[in-house]
Amino acid sequence: MAINPRAIKTTGYLLEAEGLSVGFGATNIIENLDIQLKRSEILGVVGPSGTGKSVLMRALIGLLPRRAGTIRYFGRDIDKLSLSARRKVERRWGVLFQHGALFSSLTVRENVQVPMREHMKISQSLMDELAELTISMVGLAPNASAKLPSELSGGMIKRAALARALALNPDILFLDEPTSGLDPVGAAEFDELITSLKETLGLSVFMVTHDLGSLYRACTRIAVLGGKKVMVEGELDEILAFDDPWVQSYFHGHRAQTAQIQQAEQNKVHV
Amino acid sequence: MVADVINNGYRMETGDAGLRFKPFGSWIIRNLSEVERALGDFKMPENRLPVVIDLSDIEKIDVAGAWLIHRSAKKFAAANHPITFESVGRGARILLHEVAESDRPAEIPPPKPSTAATLVTDTGKSVISSVGDVRRLVELIGSMAMIGVNMVRRPATLRFTPILYHLEQTGVRAIPIVALICFVIGAIIAQQSIYQLRDFGAEQMAVNFIGIVVLRELGVLLTAIMVAGRSGSAFTAEVGAMKMREEIDAVRTLALDPIEVIIVPRLTALVIAVPLLTFIGDMSAMTAAAIVSFFYGGVPIDLFIERLRDQVELLNFTRGIIKAPFMAIVIGLVAVIEGLQVEGSTDSLGRRTTSSVVKSIFLVIVIDGLFVLYYAMVDG
Ligand SMILES: Nc1ncnc2c1ncn2[C@@H]1O[C@H](COP(=O)(O)OP(=O)(O)O)[C@@H](O)[C@H]1O
Ligand SMILES: [Mg+2]
Repeated sequence: MAINPRAIKTTGYLLEAEGLSVGFGATNIIENLDIQLKRSEILGVVGPSGTGKSVLMRALIGLLPRRAGTIRYFGRDIDKLSLSARRKVERRWGVLFQHGALFSSLTVRENVQVPMREHMKISQSLMDELAELTISMVGLAPNASAKLPSELSGGMIKRAALARALALNPDILFLDEPTSGLDPVGAAEFDELITSLKETLGLSVFMVTHDLGSLYRACTRIAVLGGKKVMVEGELDEILAFDDPWVQSYFHGHRAQTAQIQQAEQNKVHV
Repeated sequence: MVADVINNGYRMETGDAGLRFKPFGSWIIRNLSEVERALGDFKMPENRLPVVIDLSDIEKIDVAGAWLIHRSAKKFAAANHPITFESVGRGARILLHEVAESDRPAEIPPPKPSTAATLVTDTGKSVISSVGDVRRLVELIGSMAMIGVNMVRRPATLRFTPILYHLEQTGVRAIPIVALICFVIGAIIAQQSIYQLRDFGAEQMAVNFIGIVVLRELGVLLTAIMVAGRSGSAFTAEVGAMKMREEIDAVRTLALDPIEVIIVPRLTALVIAVPLLTFIGDMSAMTAAAIVSFFYGGVPIDLFIERLRDQVELLNFTRGIIKAPFMAIVIGLVAVIEGLQVEGSTDSLGRRTTSSVVKSIFLVIVIDGLFVLYYAMVDG
């Protein structure tokens, strides 16, 4: 965001991971992997099921221990930060888990206020206003605020969880399969929402996805995971040209053609 | 607040043409409490002069800061000040636009009623809910009876594998703790009764007392309470979690009866396990009593056994253990009813589990009391 150049030291990357290895038991799920997230991009991470996309994301946000590698956020090695500095860095990212992970005993409004209450000393009325603002920004109806997660539909849960992830106005948004479980229309709307929030709020987005539609609609750059590493990364056309059986069948298979047709039709409608 | 140096706040300038509202510093989420405090002493000027909202001194702004500026602008507008913006950067313009788009009145929930009022309403609610409990109990017993009839006609509907599984969980695995508790209690009762009877030189008489108390009342009561705590809570949590994750609905949509699939195996296992556990508990307590009598009361083991056989009628044992299946049914039913009432949230799961244990222990004691009354009437 032009007016909010929060300091980035040394490099232009918000997030850089180098030589990352994560595993369970005897095997490494990912090994010696490098990945970067640039400012104001939506990075789509794809790959066959079970290649370790979720594992990679969980390792990046510190939920899984690393066996090797360094991770730098905003140019600073997180291993070298003090605990309080680490907490400050953590506050600058928001995470949307695959199933939302809303607190089931709290209403949507209270869920959104949990991080605010923990990290900010502001009045309850301002917290209410900001929560309502965020809930409205993610496109939930006013009557959703007072509902419990069990009273929401799948798409609403995703949006409510997104509102909670945005509560502290993060710089980086991590999304794990945000459109899984949504119908194609709902998925397209969610992608649009992410794109527009990225524009207005100046977010950078790390999106693990299965959804070809999201790759076409939302992502500005794509990294394909395979063989415990990033097999190829780049913009869509570079990926499309990459010579690998999985990539070719994924992007040129039947599902891919459907997604392209859908995208083409949408473009027509918009024109 | 006067002594504070405000780095992120606002200035109000009054000129000839009108007022100038000049936020300065970084109006971002990290500084929000400071900005809110600064805005706290804001007083709306008592005139209708035009106001210029001048963002030239803003260093950084994010969506939270934009909200506060938007809110201030709304206040000026509400007090009939014409407003104009000045020196709004590109990012700030986007944010202000977004915030204005998303601004809408919140639906604020009604205030919480006072404690006294909630006390009254809660009491009322719990009365109503116990009426509901009775209704659910009757319903459940009804469907269980149907299933029971079915089972007698078609024994194949009994699911042996789950019954064996629950028998292991609720029965076999409970043996050590039930035996231990009954052993300790048996020893304590033996010691206390021998101590009281010693003055009369009637240590052997303790056997009669211990035998009757343990076999008739304590063995089955302790076992049932242990089972309520162990298995009752587990059943409620299992059924509740299945309810939360729509597994019970799934069972129903697969054209299966949840009562048959989920409830009957658990109840059957309990009805088999509790009497057996009671027997083990009885034996364990009597063993402890014999050991204590020998070392503390000087009663030889063979004398203890002889007195037990001659003086304590078998009736005491049967009257004790006959209660076990009833208690098992109550524990199982309460656990399942509570589990089925779990709603979406995790704390409702916790509440239901607590109330399952409390209710079933209470009912177990009530049942024991009813049996005492009944025997008193029968024996006249
Ligand atoms: N907690 C865990 N313990 C052991 N293995 C795990 C664990 N989490 C994930 N894995 C394994 O790591 C691999 C990658 O999983 P995941 O990252 O979830 O795949 P995906 O790319 O589909 O998100 C899988 O083979 C999975 O079995
Ligand atoms: Mg995954």
